Amino acid sequence: MSEQTTENTDVITGIEAPIYLKYNFTAGAAPARFLTQVKEGVLTGQRCPQCAQVYVPPRGSCAACGVPTEEEVVLSDKATVQSFTIVSIPIPGNSIEPPFVVANLVPDGANISFIHLMSECDNADVHIGQRVQGVWKPQEEWGYSMDNIRYFKPLDEPDVPVEKIGKIPVEGWEG
Amino acid sequence: MKEIAIVGYQQSDAVSDAGACNEVELIIPVISKVYDQVGIKNAQDVDFVCSGSCDYLQGAAFAFVMGVDALGAVPPIKESHVEMDAAWALYESMLKIRMGHADSALIYGFGKSSPGELPIVLSQQLDPYYLAPQWVDTISLAAMQARLMLDKGLISEQDMAEVVSRSRRNALNNPHAQLAGDVSVQDVLAQETYVSPLRKADICPVSDGASAMVICTVEKAKEWGLPYAVISGIDHCIETHNPGMRDLTDSVSTRKAAENAGVHNGAVDVAELYAPFSHQEIILARALGLGDATSVNPSGGVLAGNLMMASGLSRIGEVFNRIVSGEAQRGVAHATSGPCLQHNLVTVIEQAKEAA
Repeated sequence: MSEQTTENTDVITGIEAPIYLKYNFTAGAAPARFLTQVKEGVLTGQRCPQCAQVYVPPRGSCAACGVPTEEEVVLSDKATVQSFTIVSIPIPGNSIEPPFVVANLVPDGANISFIHLMSECDNADVHIGQRVQGVWKPQEEWGYSMDNIRYFKPLDEPDVPVEKIGKIPVEGWEG
Repeated sequence: MKEIAIVGYQQSDAVSDAGACNEVELIIPVISKVYDQVGIKNAQDVDFVCSGSCDYLQGAAFAFVMGVDALGAVPPIKESHVEMDAAWALYESMLKIRMGHADSALIYGFGKSSPGELPIVLSQQLDPYYLAPQWVDTISLAAMQARLMLDKGLISEQDMAEVVSRSRRNALNNPHAQLAGDVSVQDVLAQETYVSPLRKADICPVSDGASAMVICTVEKAKEWGLPYAVISGIDHCIETHNPGMRDLTDSVSTRKAAENAGVHNGAVDVAELYAPFSHQEIILARALGLGDATSVNPSGGVLAGNLMMASGLSRIGEVFNRIVSGEAQRGVAHATSGPCLQHNLVTVIEQAKEAA
């Protein structure tokens, strides 16, 4: 009986069950504030009332202290390379031609890095401590997105020593 | 075995739309309140932290990890998470304490259900394979359950409306309730059906919010000098995920968990039951063997506001509040997960012996 059943049955190795779920996503009060400012071409962070670290983009809390962050801080679009990688393989859905540089960048005035692209540089010269600045899209293309900055390009400034990365004031780095 | 006490519980308001809040912004106000209640500064002051949430609600992978931003995990803390209601986070925390790995624990649950279409989000979350192509939602499944009960004569629409009416009236005394009012049985029955035989009033609302609790050993509760209630029993049982293989008119898993948790070892003054649909409160009360002496869902239950992934913990918290205030001496809290009461957790909470 069981043999017969097997003979007359197709081997089914999969079913299609497409799932489409629609969400009305909200970033949160603090990220929404950040995105509103980015649309105006300004990078902002939030300072922890306890440890004074500045987070960018802010999530509404200091993850280290577990307290809400409320004080908004205007940051520079000049930044320091904290870490980086060179992407050599194409990533599905990503229109950027490899090889390209993805870097952890700490903007002046903040203590925490965000991830962005680097360009206008020789990939082989990219290094930790390197000074960079955002290259913005034309203002009429600005939206609620970090894509308003096309990429970061190297600045002709002295490197920041590793122990000082993430501790540069918003006024900048003289070396 | 170490006795475990509840020493603090807080819940946010249940609101239909928490607006721009993200996970962290939902959690911080409620855990801050529970820190104040217990007299601790932050998560560093407890031995273990466990949360309950569901990434499907936000529609973002690893959304639960973002919740840790609310805790202050520097230096590192011992932390865990269940992709379930935080009542199961309480269960995990109790195991941690019982094993001697912790003397105290912070438990929190949070859910922002408003961004998605909750009934279909929930059914897809728990069964993305077998029932998924049918696109069946949790309200339709519950409606079929209610239909079975009505056709077998196990309940009447009047019985269901009585549950709703009592919930709305009890919720008038619950400051966190989303739906409350002086609603009569006739008012409910006058409503048209929504997903037959269910009326909208038979279905819990979609709510955003969070709740948090601190538990510890009885010794620790005394050291902290806090009023407390003792968790004297807890157990959970699950049924098959195929609704066609279950007796949907009964809750076998609740009955079994109740026996194991020792529900029947004493009088039950108060019971808070996680019944997202009116007819399910009747199933649960029967499975738990509750009689007229028990006050059922004095908070209004989840028909008054349903914080997904937090409401199960809130049921335990509501019983705790009534025991610590002296309103009740012994109570039962129930939490559920899955369609048609698939998975059920039963907790027995009692007055501290010194206070008796």
